[in-house]
Parts: sequence; C-alpha cells; structure tokens
Amino acid sequence: MNAAMASNSSGGGSDRQRIAQQRLRIIAGHLRRPVDVDSTILAAECKAQDSKTDVSSEGKTVPRRRQEIMKWNGWGYSDTKFLFNKKGQAEFTGKRYKLSGMIMPALKDWLEDTFGTNLQHKSPATPILTSSAVQPPTLNEAFVEELKSTGIPFSHDAEDRVFRAHGHCLHEIFALREGKVGRVPDLVVWPNCHNDVVRIVELACKHNVCLIPYGGGTSVSSGLECPPEETRSIVSLDTSQMSRILWIDEKNLTAHMEAGIVGQDLERLLNESGYCTGHEPDSMEFSSLGGWVATRASGMKKNIYGNIEDLVIRVKMVTPQGVIEKSCLGPRMSTGPDIHHFIMGSEGTLGVVTEVTMKIRPMPEYQKYGSVVFPNFEQGVACLREVAKQRCAPASIRLMDNEQFKFGHALKPQVSSMFTSFLDGLKTFYITKFKGFDPNCLCVATLLFEGHREKVLQHEKQVYDIAAQFGGLAAGEDNGQRGYMLTFVIAYLRDLGMDYYVIGESFETSVPWDRVLDICRNVKLRIIQECKDKGVQFQPLASCRATQTYDSGACVYFYFAFNYRGLSDPVHVFEEVEHAAREEILANGGSLSHHHGVGKLRKEWMREAVSNVGMGMLKSVKDYVDPNNIFGNRNLL
Amino acid sequence: QRMACGDVYSQRDPMLKKRDDFEDVLEERRNSSDLRYALRCYTPVLYKGVPPCKSSMLKSMVLQSDQLHYVISQVSKETGRKTDEVQEEASAILDEMAHCQQLSTVRFFAFTLSKVFKSLFRSICVNEEGIQRLQQAIQEHPVVLLPSHRSYMDFLLMSYLLYTYDLTLPVIAAGMDFMGMKFVGEMLRMSGAFFIRRSFGGDKLYWAVFSEYVKTMLKNGFAPVEFFLEGTRSRTSKSLTPKLGLLNIAMDPFLKGEVFDVSVVPVSISYERILEETLYARELLGIPKPKESTSGLFKARKVLSEDYGSIHVYFGQPVSVRSLAEGRVNRRQFNLVPRHIPGKPGEDIHSFVNDSAYKLVRAQEENMVLKPWVLLASLLLQNQAAGPKEGLPLDELTAQAVWLRDLSRQYGAFLHWPDQMTPSEVVSSSLSLHRGLVRICEGKVQLAVEQGLAATPEEKLLNQAVIVLSCASYRNQALHVFLRPALLASAIHTASSTQKRKTHTHTHTHTHTHRFFHTLLCAPQDFEEASYLLVKTGAVQVSQQEVVVTEGGHRTLAFLIAMLDPFLQGYQVRVGCVTRVVYRRVVVCTLIS
Repeated sequence: MNAAMASNSSGGGSDRQRIAQQRLRIIAGHLRRPVDVDSTILAAECKAQDSKTDVSSEGKTVPRRRQEIMKWNGWGYSDTKFLFNKKGQAEFTGKRYKLSGMIMPALKDWLEDTFGTNLQHKSPATPILTSSAVQPPTLNEAFVEELKSTGIPFSHDAEDRVFRAHGHCLHEIFALREGKVGRVPDLVVWPNCHNDVVRIVELACKHNVCLIPYGGGTSVSSGLECPPEETRSIVSLDTSQMSRILWIDEKNLTAHMEAGIVGQDLERLLNESGYCTGHEPDSMEFSSLGGWVATRASGMKKNIYGNIEDLVIRVKMVTPQGVIEKSCLGPRMSTGPDIHHFIMGSEGTLGVVTEVTMKIRPMPEYQKYGSVVFPNFEQGVACLREVAKQRCAPASIRLMDNEQFKFGHALKPQVSSMFTSFLDGLKTFYITKFKGFDPNCLCVATLLFEGHREKVLQHEKQVYDIAAQFGGLAAGEDNGQRGYMLTFVIAYLRDLGMDYYVIGESFETSVPWDRVLDICRNVKLRIIQECKDKGVQFQPLASCRATQTYDSGACVYFYFAFNYRGLSDPVHVFEEVEHAAREEILANGGSLSHHHGVGKLRKEWMREAVSNVGMGMLKSVKDYVDPNNIFGNRNLL
Repeated sequence: QRMACGDVYSQRDPMLKKRDDFEDVLEERRNSSDLRYALRCYTPVLYKGVPPCKSSMLKSMVLQSDQLHYVISQVSKETGRKTDEVQEEASAILDEMAHCQQLSTVRFFAFTLSKVFKSLFRSICVNEEGIQRLQQAIQEHPVVLLPSHRSYMDFLLMSYLLYTYDLTLPVIAAGMDFMGMKFVGEMLRMSGAFFIRRSFGGDKLYWAVFSEYVKTMLKNGFAPVEFFLEGTRSRTSKSLTPKLGLLNIAMDPFLKGEVFDVSVVPVSISYERILEETLYARELLGIPKPKESTSGLFKARKVLSEDYGSIHVYFGQPVSVRSLAEGRVNRRQFNLVPRHIPGKPGEDIHSFVNDSAYKLVRAQEENMVLKPWVLLASLLLQNQAAGPKEGLPLDELTAQAVWLRDLSRQYGAFLHWPDQMTPSEVVSSSLSLHRGLVRICEGKVQLAVEQGLAATPEEKLLNQAVIVLSCASYRNQALHVFLRPALLASAIHTASSTQKRKTHTHTHTHTHTHRFFHTLLCAPQDFEEASYLLVKTGAVQVSQQEVVVTEGGHRTLAFLIAMLDPFLQGYQVRVGCVTRVVYRRVVVCTLIS
C-alpha cells in the first residue's frame, strides 16, 4: 500500500518535519524490518558510482531472494492474504495494510451473489514449487565463466529463475498455481550499479546471450514471459539491487536515482528529506523506476505531478551499442525528436535503464480525501468531464461504477461500535430514500486533494460545487480513503477468488471524452456476451472505472472476473474473452494501452495502432540499437 | 437465442428448418368484448425500463443534438441564411415529420380494427413464440421491425398485434402520401406513424433531421422503429430492391458504438387474398394509383363485405446487427472524426448494408406462409401459357396441386395446407375464395379471362390482363421457393440446347431489369443450394462426368423452367447472363467432379 494513501488525512499543520515523521511511521508498516535510514542515502550521495557497499539484502525492501518475503504464485507479500476463517468470515492477514487483521463480514455474501461461488468448492493452489517442474538451465559456459570473474552475483537456482519468468497476467499466475512452469530464464544476475550493467551487456553481446531486464515483476502484458522459441541462454537482469538515491538537488528540485528502486522506497527515502516524486502507480509497492520508464507508466496523482514522461529529466540506458543519455539537465530542449521517447515505452527491447534524474516536489502540506455519490454513472462521467474542462481536477479523481461501488461495500471491515453502524444506516437511508438514488445505479467518485491547506479547501469546494451540478452528493472522507485503499488490496483479492474457482483481470485504455460512456457500456456488455457464448456457466462480473482525466479524454479501467466451474480450459476461455474485450475497446475508439504497455499480450494490434510506417520506424531503431536481438524478450514489435 | 448472421440464410436443407406454430388472435376477439379489449390495461415491457418519450421531448432532443447543430450551421454558411432561420426550417420539418403517439388513438384503432378484421378475415394467425422472442429482444436492445409490405393493412396490423400482445408500440416510417389524407393522416400520426417525403436527395437539412429523429428514438430505446425494407408495397408480390437509406440509419448507432447492438426483427405477413389485388394489377398496367384520400377510403368500404381468408404473421428470429457486422465492418474507421459530423458511408459500409438488406428480405421471404391458392395460381398460369384454352379438369388440377405441394415442401416452402381436409376440398375451397379470378366450367378450371361484360375490346383486353397479373402476383409469392433450382434447371436446359445452336446475344434491354431483385444469384452458396435440392429430390443425378436429368426429373424441371419463363421473357438480359454464369458453374462442377 502506498505511503500517501495510508497517511492520515487530518494532518493539517504546516510543520513539514512532523508530517514527514508521520508518513514515515505509516510507511514503516509496509516493511518487514525496520530500515537503517541513513546508510543508503548518504552513502550514495558521497560516492555515487563507486559505492559497492550494500550488496546484501539487508535494509532493502526487495531482497535478492524475493521468495523470502513474496509469494511465488500470487500477488505481494507472503504474510498477507485474504482467507475465510473457521467461522466462514473473510479475513485479511498480516500487519502491513490498514485492512490487515480485519474481518470483512460482507465479502462472503458478495462473492456468492456475484459469482455463484460456494465455500465448499475450493480450487487450491499447488503449495510448493517442485524443482523437478523446472527445466534445468541452458548455460552459456563461456559467459558464465567471464561473469564469475566480474564478481557480479548470479544464480541458477530454480526458485530464483521461476520468480523472474512471469509477471501478473492471469494465465501466468494460473499456471503457477497449478505448478506448471514453462520456459524460464537460465540465469539471474544482480548488478549493483550502472557499470555492472555495462559489463553484463558487453558480455551478453560477446557470447550472444539473451538478456531480459527485470525490475519489480509487476508486468501485466506478458512482458516478462520468456519467448518459448528462444534457443540461446536467457539471462534475467534483475535491477532490484540498484536501488539507491544517488543525489538530491534542492535548488533545481531534482533527484538522481538508480533505476531498480521500487516506488515505496523512493517515496519513503525522499520523504525523509521532505520531498516526493508524486508518482504513484497502483503497483508502486513493487514496481521499479526503470520499469516505469520502460513502460510509460502513469501515476494516480498525475494531475499534479504528471506522468512518467513529464517527470523524467534525464535517463541513462545501457544498450548493445553503448550507453544512451542526454548531455545536460535542461528542462526542455529542441534537439530533434526526443531520444527519451525511444527509451520510454521500449519495454526492455533496446536496453536496460540504469539511472534516472527525476523531478521532485516538496511534500504536500495537507492531504484530504473525499468522495461524491452520483445517481448514476452517466452523471458521474459528465461531472468528471466538467472538472477536466475547468482544469480543476484534484490530485486524483476516480469514478467507480455501480458494481465497484458494491464491491467496495463488500470490503467494509466489521464496525466496532453500534454508533458507526447506526450512522452508516442513516447515510444509506438519506441517499437512497431521501434523495431517491437507486442503489443499483448509483456510483461513487473518490477524490484526493493535496497542497496548501487553504488552497485545498478552496479547491475542494470548487469540485464539490461542480459535482452538485450533476446531482452529486458529498459522501465523506472515509469512503474516499477506502476507495484508494482498495486499489492495493484488490490484487490480493484475485488470489482469494482463484481459491474458489474465480478468475479475473483488469485492463485499461484511454478514450476521448465523448466515447467514455459508450466504451464502458459496450465493453462490459461484450464481456458478458462473450462469456455466455463461450459457455461460462455463471454471470461474470464486468465493471469499470474512470481513473484519470485529461483535457481531451479519460483513462478507463475494466475489471472482469467469472466463476469457471464446469469449464475444461478456463484460461483459454478467459483469454478469448479478454481478446474480444480488447477488440471492443479498439472498435469504440479506445487506445491499445494507457499505461500497462503492449508486451506480448497486445502485440498483434501494434501495427494497426501505429501504422506501417510507425512500425518501420520502431523496427529500424531496434535494428540499429540491438542488431543481434540481445534484448530478446520480443515485446512490442 | 439470437441467431448469428450465417443462420439468416436458410440452412442447406430447408426441410430441416423449424418453424413455430400459429395462434389465431381473432378467436378471442370473437368471444369477448372489443370495448373491454380496447380499454384494457396496457403495460408493455420496456427497453431497460426506459419509459416512452413524449413527442415534444423527442423533438427537442433532436433539435438540440450536436448532429443537427452542425448541419444547421453548415447550411447557414453555405446559403448565407441566418442560423435562426435554418433552425426554424429544421423545426418545421420536424413538425411535419414527427409522430405523436397517443394511447387513446391506439385504443380507438384497437376497437375499430377488431371490428374490421373480424368481418374481413377468417383468422389472423401469429406465431406466439416469435412474439416472446420479440418481447425479449425489446428488453435487451433497441429493436427495428421489418415487416414485409404487401398491403396498406400491414402497419395497422402490426401495431394492432403489438397492442394485443402488450408490447411497446412501434413508431412507423410512413410515406407522405398518407399525410395528404385529411384526418386519417393525423389519426395515423397519433397511432405512431411519422412521415417522410418520398424523395429528398440533395436536401442536407431534411436528411439530418430525419436521420437524427430515427436515431434518437433508437439510441434511447424509446420504442421499436418500424419500416418497410422494400420502401413501398410490392405490387407483384415479388420482393423489391430494398431501400437502404433507412436501414443504414438504423445501423448507424451500432456502427458508431452508441448502442451495444440493434435487433432487427423481420416479420412476414402473408395474406390469403390481398385487399388490393386488382388495384395493384391495374396500377401495373399504367392506370394511376388513386391518390390516398379519406373519401377514397370510404368508397373502398365495399371491400368490407367480402371474404379475404386468413392472414399469417410470422415474427422471425431477431437478427443482431452486431453479428451481421462481425468480421465485415471495421468499426475503428468511425473513431477518427467526431461522430456528429455527417459523413457519406464508405464503400464497405454500403456493401455491408446492402448485403444485410438482402439477407433480411430473404429471412422475410422464408417465413412467408404460402396458401394452396398460390400453387393453384402457378399451375393455372402455366396451363394458360401452354396454349389450350379450355382449362384443366378439376381432378387433374387437384392431382397436380398435390404433386406440387410435396415438391414445394421438399424445397422448404412454408406451406399452409390444411391436412385435415381432402385435397379436393382444399382445392375447391381455395378456388371459391378466389372466384373473381377463376372460372369452373364443365369440370374444367381456367382463369376468368373471358369474364365480365366489357364495352370495348380495349377494356376486355385490360380486364384479361388484370386477371392474369393478379394471378401472377399470387404465383410470385412462391417464386423464392423455386427460384434457385429453377435457375439451375434453366441452365441445364440451356446447356443441352447450346450444343446445337449458339445464340445468346441479347440486345434487348428492359426498364424493369433493376427491379428484379435477386442479383445475388451468382453467389456460390445459391448454386450449391440449388444443385443440392435438385439432387435430393431426385430430379437430376450428378455423375463423374455430367449432370443427368432423371426419368422423373423431367416433370420437375419442366415445371421449374415454366415458373421462370415469364421472367426469362421479361428480363432476358439479366437472367440470360445469370443462367450463363450458372451454366458455367455446371460445366466447371462437372469437370471437377
């Protein structure tokens, strides 16, 4: 769960230090062990390139052996998951999240009503990875010999390799749960700095070894899948140990980082100095800076801070042809096409991003969540459009449809006091009976404001006034905060679903304003129709939300899940439905991807998305930079 | 339950086609109060619960649409007129066009039509399963109703039936001619008709108002939109070239992603005896159609005293526009221009709409119920053409009719032959219903061409022609059943005769050529279907080398060729060319096998 979201919204003082402390305390909850705060930043600041001190996993969120803290066949931390306890109540284990240790009494009924699941019918995962399921590594002996001499750590342990052979697409996780492992990397290496990467890439070119960069492993585009047709030795280049902040420049408000740093560490370390990047993709607990650059990531608070392409000042990438980088830190330049745009979105096909200089901002003085209930999704979209038109979008504004609204309710933890439950009842009564909102139509927008206290309050009023014009009713801070929290928890929930024959996925697009409603309706109906046509026995869940607003359009997320009991090949059915849904998105004017990237999952549509000439341009860049396809993950093109 | 586009065509073996049973709606009307029926509680199921839209609301939605705003400012720029002025013109067009359905008027029609129908018809039979499918379709998607159009009665009948079954009443695209009828025009408007000019080719504004009006109703699912694919009543009972404009408009909201899907429901209405039978024949002979007028309507009252047999109404499978378009249309082409800017449909869209229209017309035809009289008319006309004027002996006609009944059933005809009656009973009951067209003299049956006391030879000739054309019109109802095998039969016939002489240069042109609608005949599936049927019924055998007509097949082939004969004369160019294509296929087929 990300830092900003967990922070208490009532922090109103102007004392930056106090806020930083507070945030730190919360962030500490995410981490397995207490962090040795000063070593990382300071060491990095003095001896940027040469510091070779911290090779062990000590003090890092992401150890070399990911299996020490993370699941091998599911999302996130090993200690955190949803389960049904002995009383048949849903419970969220662990201590890391706000929801951890809580009981969600409504979740069971929601699952049963939505998917027709039954707690008696379980589909448990294979508990342990058997090494015999993993093919022995194909090693390039000469490469391994030379690698040994560099002293860069590497491993061909089966678990290490399997961990780096997948992202989090449904089919990948489903196969792992069944104990099935396909082509995996033959070797994992952990470079510790830029120069290590330069050496590894040189060796790979020399010995014709295939390199696949690995950051946080959160890809949902089959981007990390090893091409089964690859006959060379595949080496996974894990950047997780390159996670230092090398310097912070307070005069220009920039910071220089190694690309392996994951989102939560980046924010945490910057916060200690009173800064933030404000880049908060939903995967920020695990995804890495290099991964963001390589996929053109987008953060929840992009309205204030911008997407990754707005934040990046300078990038260093190691390619088979050498290192590509700009010669200065100027804020903008007119020097032909921006070479950063060959790097951003290259999805690991051209090289490894090793270091990034990025904009930073002073931490916001004040944060406030909010939520608005609309009588229906149409009104909600109209409100978002108006907010975008007036360019007054808060740091984040998201509109959930009715299904997600209900889902959010299902995840409400047990309330401790009679009073709270009485209050909830009263609110419900007010909205549905007094205001006449249909509980099967109403939808909710969640808001997050950031900045100076007065300005936030002013801004808040402006947004609520617009919402009122579209029939929106302010629905409190708690609902807003819970909405954002769900973002981080929902990925864990998929694992619970998969324990009970439910499989699901989310996917995104961006679309012009005038088509938002049409695309939402049509894609949801298409999913339902395809499920029916493909023999799915139960009504699927098809739901969506608008997660980002732009001047000319919005980013829309779809969620889709169904109960697969009775299907002989559920993953195939699932993929067919997902394919149809993407076709429907494209037919309705949506983009191939807003920020997940193309990977291998959406490659087939790439040519149409960028035209023949566009494809040729990209191919010719690949041919020049990497003529021997050393970076052979076969994404994108 | 909705069928995929492939199923719009008949399956390969039409015999296997499953059709629903019929219920007579008049039966209940004869047994209970019409007034209570007209005043009963009417609560139709609605599309996604959307209540019907007041006509004033609908008008303002249309006038405020981006589409219309765009065209108005475009027209004002082009003509130099003020925007307000153009806006007012648009508003006037809309007033002229718009329906204003009122339940009270509908109830009035429900009452009167009950009376009229009971006196004109023995029964009005409807497939209730089709009604159930329609009800389902109405709840799920916007619906377009496509009834066949053989009579003025069609759209009143449609609304009457939907009212009877408690379904949302349709809004109907009607020609302006009706509006000319004082009072009645307004009555129709209040029962849900909206009026469109017969031609408005270049009038951008008119087109914009019209298409936006139809699309607004569809997109919002206020009510099913009903129109006649053939545009106007078919005077000859052959299906006419479908009018594509309205179908194009109706499909547009789907193509542009404004609705998930549109359901098109073909409805086949078959009359045992068409109210306007002789009127049509006269029109065909060049006697101008009487202008639709209220007084004319009252003069036509005398038709009320006659017996018009039964009507069969078959509500077909709803056809999903989405599945018709699947793999045919690239909808992404509409994503690059704002949707309110009108654009000419591209070649691909045009051909898609065109093909869909033919499929839908075929779906209509396939569920047309044929009455025994249609077979009798075919036989009598062939006999007439063959020469001897003394007519067919009644028992021979009966025997031939039984033979033809079996043949047409094998070809998948939807024949309504009362099996509980003996064949001769069936034949004589048919003949008596159509006694205006046939004459039985000394046990021989012939067309009533000699009938009537004509003052002048011209009038006598005219009367004869009217009779022949009226019968031909009934025969044409069965044309679609025999058309494909008949073309193949002609080709086989041509193939055997061309070896002797090679004369196939026709310079003759015919103005009606374009109205001969089955241009799709060169499609391979038509050829396959035809040869499959001929082989299956044992008329021909396809051996290694050649196509051989069997002993018993000569009769079938002769009948089929004679069925096509009037058209071979009428449409020499077209059919000549089609048969040559089919003939080539026979040769190719023979060579391959």
